Amino acid sequence: MNDRERSISRIAAPIRTFAQRFAYIGLIVTAAALVLVGKMEPAAYERARAQVTDAVAPILDVVSRPVEVVQDMIGEGRTLLDLREENARLRASHDRLMQWQSIARKLETENKALRELLKFDVAPETESVSARVIGDSGGAFARTMILNAGTRAGVSKGQAVITGAGLVGRIQEVGLRSSRLLLLADLNSRIPVVIESSRVRGVVAGTNGETLRLVHLPPDVVAAPGDRLVTSGHGGALPPGLPVGIVSVVSDAGVEVEPFVDPSRLEIVQVLDFGLDGIIEFKSSRSSGKTK
Amino acid sequence: MKPSFWHRVDRFARDLTPFALTFLLLVINAIPFHIPGFAQVVPLLSLIGIYFWAVYRPDLMPAAAVFLIGILHDFITGLPLGVSALVFLAVQGVAIAQRSFFSGKSFVIVWFGFIIVAAGALLLEWLILSLLSGQFIQPHSAFYQFGLTVALFPVLSWLFTRWQQAFLQVD
Repeated sequence: MNDRERSISRIAAPIRTFAQRFAYIGLIVTAAALVLVGKMEPAAYERARAQVTDAVAPILDVVSRPVEVVQDMIGEGRTLLDLREENARLRASHDRLMQWQSIARKLETENKALRELLKFDVAPETESVSARVIGDSGGAFARTMILNAGTRAGVSKGQAVITGAGLVGRIQEVGLRSSRLLLLADLNSRIPVVIESSRVRGVVAGTNGETLRLVHLPPDVVAAPGDRLVTSGHGGALPPGLPVGIVSVVSDAGVEVEPFVDPSRLEIVQVLDFGLDGIIEFKSSRSSGKTK
Repeated sequence: MKPSFWHRVDRFARDLTPFALTFLLLVINAIPFHIPGFAQVVPLLSLIGIYFWAVYRPDLMPAAAVFLIGILHDFITGLPLGVSALVFLAVQGVAIAQRSFFSGKSFVIVWFGFIIVAAGALLLEWLILSLLSGQFIQPHSAFYQFGLTVALFPVLSWLFTRWQQAFLQVD
């Protein structure tokens, strides 16, 4: 380095440090501003978020497959180990279910006959899309998953996501080929439910922990452990009657609910197209100050 | 002698790797492992990347890159936008401020520094999110996440150090 270069760097170095510090503070302020805007206008980043998820989805799709294969192999081995026990359990369960089936058949014909008598309007036909879980939120503070089906496959915002066991959550945002599933356990998840036996309405709220909470019960109603909760269909976003969970603990602190579906092992889920996009209308009408 | 064009391209590509590696950690974070309970406690791999490069090669991980990683992290994990960017920038700021202290110190000291910084980062994240949601978020899983992140630091540091020796030597 010659003298001239050295003197330039002597002047340039503090300027550069200053610029770097300025950029650093500017970025901190920008990040804080983004947080505040997101808080005030929750829908502001939805499109950008869906696009980023869309862009990452193919990568996740590829890398999540080997993990799934290994997982399947481990599962296979485990199944082989307790095949005998499983078989006995399934036989017992089969016998019990056959009884239920005959009851269900009887009820179905009876129901149909009664509906015809009453000219009762049946709920719209529900269609479903199958999707693979390709991403997990991976963190202590958010409980979402990324699915490999988006608007192209017919998924839209607010739709219910289920497995055979019950409700998993609902679609929070959609991109072209991916969508984000908001799990029941997420802090922002609120599902209108009824207690199956008493038909009392409530809301199942996520706590970010293992269990859910049953809130907004009418004041005089007491839930009891063992009560089954199903979606109520209020708000029109979710079809009524999807199993959500079972009341596990009732204490002064509130009512705890054990969800039917453990999301950690999910690989394939079904997205239900109920034909109503209630949640979007609800949200936009709320933000414009009107109540529906 | 001025370095040739390809030399500069090569250099540029190498210098980009700290960012690329940290981004890779971000994607790995998002892979569903289907292990019960793992998703909530999955280690914050990108935090390790940000701290490591801030301590050893801050020139290759400018604040703008950290900001970008944070934003992408928020997008992919579904956190409110800006939260991780804020937390990551804070981590980088602290790490760079303490750089002179870390220089020449043994790895254990750097690791110890990370333990403190990671605790502060998760606390900050928890605080911001609790304030944003207006309720007390159960912090249990954050503790496990902290433990796993801190435990993985030596492993990733070793990999990063090897990478640095192989590709990022100052010439």
